[in-house]
Parts: sequence; C-alpha cells; structure tokens
Amino acid sequence: MSERERPSAGTYGVLAFPVAMLVVFFLIPFGIMVATSFYHRIPGAFYVPAFELANWQRLFQPVFLDRALFSVWICLLAGAVCIAVAFPFTYFLTRMRRRRHVALLIVVLSALTLSEVIVAFTWYVLLARASGVSNVFVWLGLLDEAVSYQPSFVAVLLGLCYIALPYCVLTLYPQLTRLDPEITEAAQTLGASPWRTFWTVVVPIARPIIVAGFLLVFVFTLGSYIIAAFLGRPEHWTLSVYIVDQASANANVPFAAAMAIFLTLVSLVVVAIVALIGSRIRSVA
Amino acid sequence: MDVRGGLRLEGLVKRFAEVEAVAGVDLELPPGKLISFLGPSGCGKTTLLRMIAGLERPTEGRVFLDGEDITDRPPYTRDIGMVFQSLALFPHLTVAGNVGYGLRIRGASREQIATTVEELLKLVSLSGMGGRRIQQLSGGQRQRVATARALALAPRLFLLDEPLSALDANLREGLQVELRLLQQQLGITTIIVTHDQREAMTMSDLVVVMRDGRIEQVGPPLDVYRQPGSPFVAGFIGRTNLLRGAATGDGSVAVAGRPFDVAGGADVAGEVTISVRPESTQLQTDGAGERNTLPGTVVFVRDLGELFECFVDCGIDEHVIVAGSPRDWVPVEQGASVSVRFPAAECVVVSS
Amino acid sequence: MRVFRAVIVTVVVAFLVAPLLVIVVGSVNPSRYLQFPPAGFSLSWYSDLFTDPAWLRSIRYSFTIAAVSAALAVLIALPLAYVLRTYRIRLTPLLYTLGILPFMLPPIISALGMQVFWLSTGHVGRIENVIIAHAIFFSTLPLVSISLAMETMDRALPEAAHTLGADRRTTFRTITLPLLVPSMITGYAAAFVLSLNEYLIAFLVAGFTVETLPVKIVNGLRYGFSPTIAAVAVVFILIAATTFTLFAIFGNLLRFLGADPAILEKNV
Repeated sequence: MSERERPSAGTYGVLAFPVAMLVVFFLIPFGIMVATSFYHRIPGAFYVPAFELANWQRLFQPVFLDRALFSVWICLLAGAVCIAVAFPFTYFLTRMRRRRHVALLIVVLSALTLSEVIVAFTWYVLLARASGVSNVFVWLGLLDEAVSYQPSFVAVLLGLCYIALPYCVLTLYPQLTRLDPEITEAAQTLGASPWRTFWTVVVPIARPIIVAGFLLVFVFTLGSYIIAAFLGRPEHWTLSVYIVDQASANANVPFAAAMAIFLTLVSLVVVAIVALIGSRIRSVA
Repeated sequence: MDVRGGLRLEGLVKRFAEVEAVAGVDLELPPGKLISFLGPSGCGKTTLLRMIAGLERPTEGRVFLDGEDITDRPPYTRDIGMVFQSLALFPHLTVAGNVGYGLRIRGASREQIATTVEELLKLVSLSGMGGRRIQQLSGGQRQRVATARALALAPRLFLLDEPLSALDANLREGLQVELRLLQQQLGITTIIVTHDQREAMTMSDLVVVMRDGRIEQVGPPLDVYRQPGSPFVAGFIGRTNLLRGAATGDGSVAVAGRPFDVAGGADVAGEVTISVRPESTQLQTDGAGERNTLPGTVVFVRDLGELFECFVDCGIDEHVIVAGSPRDWVPVEQGASVSVRFPAAECVVVSS
Repeated sequence: MRVFRAVIVTVVVAFLVAPLLVIVVGSVNPSRYLQFPPAGFSLSWYSDLFTDPAWLRSIRYSFTIAAVSAALAVLIALPLAYVLRTYRIRLTPLLYTLGILPFMLPPIISALGMQVFWLSTGHVGRIENVIIAHAIFFSTLPLVSISLAMETMDRALPEAAHTLGADRRTTFRTITLPLLVPSMITGYAAAFVLSLNEYLIAFLVAGFTVETLPVKIVNGLRYGFSPTIAAVAVVFILIAATTFTLFAIFGNLLRFLGADPAILEKNV
C-alpha cells in the first residue's frame, strides 16, 4: 500500500528535458503537419501558408478513396494471414521443450531484426525470374520456364506478412505461456482429442489476444513503406507509399500531410481498440 | 547501552482515499524493550510502523522520539533501522556492501566501515561472509544480513515488518529466539509487526493488539493471554471458549441456564461474555448439575500424542474445546455423555 | 494434430529462413547477375563493400547516427520513466502516451512531420536532423524497458536506502540507477539496431545529403540487383544475430519476452 511520493520542484525540473524534447520534436512537427494540410499548393512549385480545405476534400474523392480502401484491404488480409499462421505456431512453440523453444525464438527474433529494406530486397530476389523460387519449380518440373512473381499483389502480401509475423508471434507469446497446460489436459480427460481441444478450448480462451494481434498487424502494415513500394505496382501501394509519393515525387506536401493525418486517426482508433481489449484481458486474467 | 528510544504516538490517523488504515492511535512505549504490533491482516499494524519510520505521512497526529517531534522528518533523518518484509537487500552489492551501506553514504572511512561490518557480521553469526553475493545466501542468512544492515548505524529504534514471514516454519522459530536474544543484548527499542501470535508471545516484552486501525489491548504477553480485554483479543491470542450468558445480579452469571462463578465476580448487569482457555477446562463423566459445568455430548476426539483435544457439543453456539496433556486424559468415545467443568478462577469476563 | 503442428512449424521456419539463405548465397556468387544455381563462391563483393568510399561513408553515417541517437533516446527515456514511476504526477498517463506515441504511429507520420519541421526552420539536410528524429522516434524502446524494470523492482529497496540515511538523490545514484543499467542497455541496443535499419525518416529528413546504409541500398536497388547490396544485407543479419546471441547468453531471453517463469519450468 505504499503510495508514490509527492513531486518537488526539482522533480519537474528533471522532467523538463524529456518533455521538452518530445514537445519540440514531436508535437510541434505534428502540429506543423496539421497546419500544412490546410496550406495551398502551387502547382509546379512549393506551397504557401493558407487555410483551405482542398486537400481534405481530395481525400474523399473516389480515386483516392479507392486506393485508401485497397490499402486497408491488403493490410487486413495480411493481418488475417499472419494471425492464422502465427497463432498455432506460437501455441506449439510455448509447449516445446526448452532447447527447441529457445532455438525457434532466436529464428523469429533474427527475422525481426531485419530491416524492411533488407526484407524487401530479399523477397525481390526470391521472387525474381533469374534467381527466384520459380527456378526451383522448373527444376521440379512444375513449370516450363522461370517466371517473375514480382511486382504483384502476392509479393506485397508475402512481404508484409514476413515483416509482421515476428511481431505477431512476440505479441501472442506472453499470454500463451500463461495458458495453463492443465486446462488442455482437463479437456482431454473429458474426451476431446488434441485437435478438438485446440479449436474448442484454446482458441476461444485466446480470442481477445487473437483480435489484438490481428489489429496490431493491421496498424503495423498500414505504416509500411518499402515493401509495398518495392514489391508492388502503384495499384498495390499502401497509404504510406502514396504519402511519400506525394511529398517527394509530386512535391505536394499539403496533400501528403492531409493523408498522413488521416492515417494517424485511423491508427489511433485501432490502437485504442486494442488497448481496450488489452484491459479486458487483464481484468479476466 | 543507554536507554534512548522512547516512542510516543499521539492521535495517529492514516487515510488512503476512503479507507482508514489507522483510525486513531495513542501509544507510549518504554525504551529498550521489544514490542510487538499484533493483529490480523489489514488491521493497520504495518501502516503504523511505516508512519513511525517516516515512510508514510500521517493524515493526523504526531510522532515523538525521546520527546522530539519527528512527524515531519523524512526517513533518512530519523534515527531508525528497519528490516522489511521482503528484506530489501540490495542485489547489486555484496553482503559487506549491504551492511556497510549506511556508513558509506555518511562518508565514513574505509577502515571504519570494514571494522564495523566485521563486528556486525560477528553479531549475527555471519563472520567471513562479507564477500558473498546476496543471491548465494539462504533465507535465514539473508534475514541476518538485513538485521545487521539495519543495526549498523546503532539506531535508536529497530523496526521489523513481518521479518520472518518469508521463512520456513522451523527456521522461523530458531530466528525468533535469536532476534530476541540479540535485542536483549543490545538493549535497543524494537518494534516487530507480526500476524503470528505465537511469534509475539515468544519474543515480546509488550504486545499491542490491533484491529481495524485501532488498538484493542496493550500489555505483557501473558497478561494479554490470561486477561483478554475483549472477545476479539481472547480469540486472536491462542484459542478460547467463549461462553455467552447473563449476569444474575448476585455476582454470578447464568450460562445456558446454569450458574457460573467467574474470576473477580460479575458486578455488572445484562449480557456477559466469558472466556475460558481449553487447557483450563476439565472433562468429567459425572458431576452434572454442579456449578460451573455444562453437560454435553462428545463430538470429536483428537489425540495428538503430546496433547489431546476433545470437542463437546454443549448446546451453545460453538463446540466447547477441552484440551489437556495425556496425563489428564479421561477416556471417552464419540457420542458419550459428559460434562465439562469450567473452574471459576479461569473464567474471565471479556465483555459485558 | 501432430501433422498440423509439424506442417505449421516447418512452413513458418522455412518462410522466415528462406530469404536469408537466398541472400547469403547471392552475396558470395561471383557473377554480377542473379542466378540459380549460383556460379561459384567469391568474397569479392564483401571486399568491395569495405573499400568503396561511398559505402564506407554510408557505413560511417549509419553507425554514427545509430550510436548517438540511441544514447539520446535513453537520455530522454530515463528521466521520464523514473519520474513517472516514482512520483505522483497528475499528467502521468498523458506523458507516458506522449512518450510512446512517436513509435506507435506509422513511421511516415514522424518522418513527414520532421521533414516539414526542419524545412520550416531552414535547418535542412544535416546529420543532426536525423539523429534527433531517430532519438525521438526510438525513445519509446528504452522508455518501455526502463519502465518495466522500475515496475518489477522491489519498492522496498529505495525505502531501505532511506532508512539507512540516503536522501533521494543519493538513493537514485547508488541504488536505483545501478539496478536500471540492464534495462538501459537493452533499450540502447534496441534503438541502435532499429536506427541502423531505418529508412523512411532518414530519407525524408536528410536523404540526399546524408546517405545512410538503408537509403543507399534503396537508391541502388532502383538500378537493379547488386551483389554488394546482398553483402550489406548479410553483414546486417550477422550484426543482429550476434546481438541477439549475446543477449540470450547474458540475459534472460525468455523472461524478457514476457514468458511466465512457472510455465517454463514445467516444460524443461
């Protein structure tokens, strides 16, 4: 029952540095970005301070909405695929003997530390005509000649899943280690095979974290840039790629800013939902 | 050692949000003695100790040490040594590092620190262990390091918060005796918070029984045991039989319609509760109808080798417990009709 | 069920490992072009990497930025984590959210925000810009690791120090700080590795003047495959794998990832 101490003047002084840094180099830039989204863009040149809703109106045009919806769609799909694979994988992982358990974790963690650039590059290579997987298929006799699988929708999807999978596993990991093994044992003494136990006991219990994992992958992939830029054609791009495209190639920073704010709002909403689910898990545990 | 360490608490209250952990405590403690704060969990004993230590600020009231008002002083300017429930040994320092910590930050010289640490380790029977890391020690050894660390600066008050609760039962009893002997040797005013009444009875000069943030009774252990001031104290310290009855006006009490004489006479009116310890009762196969007896049926017999216990249904709220040594054993079986005798001198009125 | 388990585990492991193998093979293939099967074995691309002045400059930029920004990130996170967990500050949830917000939001937000910020101050294209941007963006990592360490630290330890005569500053210096060192190192290492790998912020903030390794790789990729890039990739993988193995050996890897210790004992 020990309460936290009452802060003194010196305490606030200590807090001043980090708070100042965060305010000056995060909040203020964010604020500038919000302001910029209302600025007027001069075609062919830069932009001037103004207050107009042109950029925001553009967000709701069908051309853009279409692309925004596609981005959302591919990220939702990535989330679904990731969770569908990561959940059973992590479940089995937590039940393995120590050696294999640790070894698998190291594999997952090593994949985690690869930068998005490296991942994009390796999948580029893996799916290319000259050096990629298709050559193995040719060797196996499944294909007549080597084919390039990128740029394509599937390439982007695979890339997104690759970068998201380790995060997904690590998010599910703590809760799944806390799943009492005696629960599954009890189910089996009641006549359920391991397969039925998994689907009728484990999955329902873990439902909140499955949903949380899905949403986290969604937010994470929504923010991804390199994978979509590299492995996909413009019709396969995520929102982040459009934003960068507008900001650098088109020099339309105000519109890019509007899109970025939009992306922020979507992310915040999703993260808030995940947090709510998280608190529900804690109150049940 | 000189007798410093006289503690006085005036009107101490501690409120956390809507909960009143300590609801008004006035206490004057003699220096140089070992005092236990005893009570069930949540009775406020730990909060009281922490206010004495300066780790909690009282909502109301003052704390005086040797006449000085120390209420507003932070813990690092009070002259105390404290052993925490988790022991709180510094994991990144060795045994010697822990014990010498207080001296080190005071700026004592290296030789001084080394000598003092040496003395203290000898005092707690851990000589030569100065270089060990905390993680390498057993539970009992860690307890001793925590004790040595708290005593290193020769404080006026030695405070312990459930110091033995993390240890195995057999280890606990040995350490209780050791702590007590240490305290007597040093003559330092010591306050121990515990929920184990046997621990309090073993070690203390004075027991402070607490409940719901208030003091129920203060006294030497045996007094509190023999003359409990309330049914709560009677039930908390050891076991007891509580008999409810009505004063008859002539100094005796009627329990379940039977006449009872009580120690000191019952010169009160109305409802009375009597406490009789199980080992003071006697089992009889005859004698029904005498004063200070209740008839009943044997419900359960427990022969524990070193003592026996007999649970008798006498028609009152709870079963009467009769306990005694094998010498006093009256052979009865379950279901037998008996009568239980409650000698008048052992009948203590605990409330009216 | 056994079949299901074997399939899932194999698929995942193959999926995660396959690209790594391809890259390693590609980096030692003497031919300039992608080929399967590879033409031979050669370390020439690695020596190219370490002799080409453009690559060396990028390496220098990346490591400098990583080292300094990670340190700055810890300097931002430490006081924040310590004060918020020790004192009763009314704005605590708000301040903590502020601390994790940069990292939780998609990187493009921080990247674009910083680009616009530096543009408006006229202080463009400098390496400090990237360092500060990375420090802010990655400060969440030490913030979380240090906060966690503070939460699991026995509250009684600083109290015991108080009863032994140490005031708040001395207690922090002699007790709290030494105990926080492991979590500070973890936070630093995470921020360091992530900064090395980071592309978007580095590109938008100062991409044309300060070409970090990821930026250089992406610029190079526009012209097609180059084995030197594969060599860079392998070096990165090795750095990460080494950091990890060291961590697994010297730290408690499983507990760090949040595993419940009791359950782990059972599985041994």
